[in-house]
Amino acid sequence: MRKSLALSSSLLTLAALVTLAGCSSQPAAPEQAGAGVEDRTPGAISATAPVMSGQGDPYAIAALKDPKSPLFKRSVYFDYDSLVVKDEFKSLLDHHAKFLVRNDQMKMLIQGHADERGSREYNLALGQKRAEAVKKALMLLGAKEAQLESVSLGEEKPACMEQAESCWAQNRRGDMLYTGEF
Amino acid sequence: MKIHILRWLAGALLACVALFAQAQLSIEITGAGNQRLPVAVADFAGERVVAHALTSVVRADLERSGLFQIVDTSGAVLDESAVPNYSDWKARGADALAAGSVSVMPDGRYETRFRLHDTQKQAAIAGQGLAHNATQIRATAHRVADIIYEKLTGERGIFSTRIAYVMKSTGRYELQIADADGNGAQVALASREPIISPTWSPDGSRLAYVSFEAKKPVVYVHDLATGRRHVAANFKGSNSAPAWSPDGTRLAVVLTKNGNSQLYVVNVDGSGVTRLASSSGIDTEPQFSPDGEFIYFTSDRGGSPQIYRQPVAGGPAQRVTFEGSYNVTPRLSPDGKSLAFVTRDSGRFRVAVMGLATRQTQILTDTAKDESPSFAPNGRMILFATEVGGRGVLAAVSIDGRVKHRLSVQAADVREPAWGPFSK
Repeated sequence: MRKSLALSSSLLTLAALVTLAGCSSQPAAPEQAGAGVEDRTPGAISATAPVMSGQGDPYAIAALKDPKSPLFKRSVYFDYDSLVVKDEFKSLLDHHAKFLVRNDQMKMLIQGHADERGSREYNLALGQKRAEAVKKALMLLGAKEAQLESVSLGEEKPACMEQAESCWAQNRRGDMLYTGEF
Repeated sequence: MKIHILRWLAGALLACVALFAQAQLSIEITGAGNQRLPVAVADFAGERVVAHALTSVVRADLERSGLFQIVDTSGAVLDESAVPNYSDWKARGADALAAGSVSVMPDGRYETRFRLHDTQKQAAIAGQGLAHNATQIRATAHRVADIIYEKLTGERGIFSTRIAYVMKSTGRYELQIADADGNGAQVALASREPIISPTWSPDGSRLAYVSFEAKKPVVYVHDLATGRRHVAANFKGSNSAPAWSPDGTRLAVVLTKNGNSQLYVVNVDGSGVTRLASSSGIDTEPQFSPDGEFIYFTSDRGGSPQIYRQPVAGGPAQRVTFEGSYNVTPRLSPDGKSLAFVTRDSGRFRVAVMGLATRQTQILTDTAKDESPSFAPNGRMILFATEVGGRGVLAAVSIDGRVKHRLSVQAADVREPAWGPFSK
């Protein structure tokens, strides 16, 4: 009895350690990592990040770090000169809104981005419009304004550095970061 | 927070040391005026005590202005008390001649004295003595060049002014201050996160800028003498595009606390935020007119980004730019008579200048990615950021588009220039 207790507590410790290791090997956020956009392959699992949680409640906080969870995806991309949230991102925003409703202690920083062409300050304002569009969509889906802050990084943190439309398209986006990630 | 600041300060100090070794801005003249006044600057007597560093800087300053042609003096040494052989200098093609001396004073400091001669009138037309120490040789040379420039052109010289800009190398952003010729760069702030939109207080003692160190844009005011800084605007959302009021007591800023980017005014200490203008779209890049009566800004309220102005005291906004679908970054000349801005034409972004009375616009550059125009305090040149060979460089162009030079550095991007005010 005593032995099995000790074993289970050490197992718990081990589990905690593995979870922590998993956490720290995650990038803080797609663009804070510098180069990266998110992995857009559906269901991709990072070999170094064991899935320890999120099996029960899809909106548990641990789901944020679970590559299998829809909450793992954090970016919404916009067309040129458009603030319309495209249909392909609506279910993603729906999942994040549900998460925010379920976890009302969690806050989100929405960082808007713009491509590099033209004035830095004007691009900052364009990125703000994109962040604001994501914020409004989340609020319509039930998230509280107090949970959300929309800001812009303008053209300063491009996900892609080439001078081509395919690249600029990746830079016209809004990224969602949660408490602890910014 | 305190630890963070200390770390930045330590980083800034390190960067300073490295800077002189590798990141010196180099200057290249790429265009000159078509009617240049020939000027001879003789070597100053006794100048060997400062390794001839003085007259070489005077000549480089005058030449870079694009208004003078430097006449070869073949190593002639002439002090300020000598009466030059006017007809001889006139025969060499010089309309004006500077002569002078550098001597060591009893207290170990230096005294530089010079005289400017008009070879046509055969008379001295200016002269001055300047006391300085060994670290002020370049500064003294810039003063001498300023005096010569002012005497010969009738307008103040800008050789003693400073510029601020952001240097970006891999994973590192530095807000730097250098002399107008790119020399003597010092790091005011080093950060892993972007720094944009530096702008000088009217007295040249402080810079306002936007730093992203808090994962969002926040406006800071930085005192250059002490290195101390404070947050001037950090509201929910983004805080950006600071612009000093002409009296230096307030900042126009762009805040998004109520949604989109909108214009506000705050006191320099961050207190007393008030709304300045309002629209349902983007209003950004504010700048006060030199008389403080108007605020010029970029807005997409008409469907495309254009420049507008609005009385600071209140009243309707007036559209200022009409040609083309992208006109941004309004910057008023120091006399308030012309407006520099960036215009897009066939996908190229170029610096243009508009006479506010005539509404005539002239495109000044032939580059394609121009940003952030900034007037020299005498209104003669505009400094801006552009790209050459895939690298960010600074360039300057005269308001008639003729005189051009470029400041660049190996292995780093230079951007976000701001030309400082006249030094006191």
